[in-house]
Amino acid sequence: MVAQQIVNGLMLGAIYMLVAVAFTLAIGVLNFLNFSLPGLFMAGGMLAFGLMKAGWPFLLAAAGALAAAAFISLLVERFAYRPMQGGDPEVPLVSSLGFLVLLENLMLVQFGSDQQAFPALLPDLNLRIGGLVIGYAQLASLVLSLGIVAALSFVLAKTAAGRRIRTVAESRETALLMGIDIARLVPQLFVASAALAALAGILFAVNYQQVSPFMGEGVGFKGVAAMIVGGMGSIWGAVLGGLLIGLAEVVSISFIGADVVNITVYGLLLLILIVRPQGLMGRAPSREKL
Amino acid sequence: MSGYLTGVLVVLAFNVMAAYAVYLPLAAGQLNLGIAGFMAIGAYGSAFLTNEYMWPMWAAVPVGALAAGLTGLLIGLPVLRTHGIYFAMATFALGQVISAVFLNLEVVGGAAGYPVTDYAGPNVVFAAAAGVVLLMLYISRTRFALELTAVKSDPTVADLLGVPVRGMKVAAFALGAMVAGFGGALYAHHYNFVEAQHFNVLLSVFTVLYVLFGGTQTVWGPLVGAAFFTLVPELLRASDQWRYAVFAVFIIVFMAIRPQGLVTAALFRQFRRRAPEASS
Repeated sequence: MVAQQIVNGLMLGAIYMLVAVAFTLAIGVLNFLNFSLPGLFMAGGMLAFGLMKAGWPFLLAAAGALAAAAFISLLVERFAYRPMQGGDPEVPLVSSLGFLVLLENLMLVQFGSDQQAFPALLPDLNLRIGGLVIGYAQLASLVLSLGIVAALSFVLAKTAAGRRIRTVAESRETALLMGIDIARLVPQLFVASAALAALAGILFAVNYQQVSPFMGEGVGFKGVAAMIVGGMGSIWGAVLGGLLIGLAEVVSISFIGADVVNITVYGLLLLILIVRPQGLMGRAPSREKL
Repeated sequence: MSGYLTGVLVVLAFNVMAAYAVYLPLAAGQLNLGIAGFMAIGAYGSAFLTNEYMWPMWAAVPVGALAAGLTGLLIGLPVLRTHGIYFAMATFALGQVISAVFLNLEVVGGAAGYPVTDYAGPNVVFAAAAGVVLLMLYISRTRFALELTAVKSDPTVADLLGVPVRGMKVAAFALGAMVAGFGGALYAHHYNFVEAQHFNVLLSVFTVLYVLFGGTQTVWGPLVGAAFFTLVPELLRASDQWRYAVFAVFIIVFMAIRPQGLVTAALFRQFRRRAPEASS
């Protein structure tokens, strides 16, 4: 029973992990708490659902949803991020929230506010190891998430593109002086973080077989919590934070009750922020963020 | 006044109080994303005192507000060790924890909600909101407001000039929490029902939205922002299901054009410059 809950928690954590990494890219490099990411998470799941309803095969529908999310994210960059450079740091928050409200309401007009059943892709295929039940779809998404995060971490650590990104994260001015084309790099980062969020949304839809216009809010905010618990700007911190938050959620639901989830999850976040503000794996902030 | 108009204006009054609760710490450079939690403390506190201990409303509401302010003070001390985004996230987590605690408190009805017996009419709510606005206008003319701005603009320089930076931050945060608790307490008495689910993260986040939209440079910004966010969706009601989508597009375009918010200090200067010209 406990082992099963741990497995379930890790599976849920894989989703939070992707969202947390999406947030951490936006914050760590661009200094931007991008509230449109929960919207893009939802758009990923909802659009994949809509396209499949229109008769598209799953992989094509998923690709379409990812492409749409990437495009929307470019709009976010153009209208929420770019005009705010040099202004008050809280301001892009407002416009990115505007995008969240917009996306939710567009989906609401299109699909209605009810929860929709997402078709099961792998009907009843479960892996049974000594009493543990693990869905193949869940296992596949855990592996996929970890693979993507590992690849991202490799890109950031070892490639020229990753070095450019880390330079911008360290100091925007220096990066500019070193001849890094920030105007090109920033939209690329927006596309990457949107793709991560939308992919998490698709995986969520596949695993839990439900989508709704408001599915992004709860998951999105827990993704933020996961990012901070792990350490802002740290990819592996986001992984650890995501898995921890997923575990805390599933364990408290099954042993105490569904109503205490927010106490344990956000209590954990508050505790970490007071005791160790830089997060479990983060470095102490060298400069003010936000 | 028609019932509909009164209803809208009451919502406006609550939004104005919430907006100033966010504005005060923001004037010192701190983004409080957990304002709903403090509203919940005020609401449940005052409701509990009137329901269970038969306190009169005029005594219970201020005590609810003080309880919220005291929580702000006690929590503010450790939380204000963090800065910027970390602080915003800590308040966000705090708001979530507070409303989740009320959701699980069986003495106040838990998830089923908590009926409140004493009723505060619309006029009481209007008077309270007007009182909060006047208090903020008064504060904006004191040295306190000036020091808050100094802390926001440059904490290091403010510190060197002898402004107690930490103390100012805690004071602004606790005062904001108190205003939030005050609004929450009246909310409980006006609607005669409180449920923890109402005080969720979206309430906090949208309140921050009003304030930033209105502009944080002057004391009028939160008032204008709250009025805009309450009244415009009502005016758009004709377009029904599209109204929030239209509204969201408007926010995005507006912020792209005018990132400082609706009301700015420059706007005021413009008026002041014009006035003497007209008289001469």
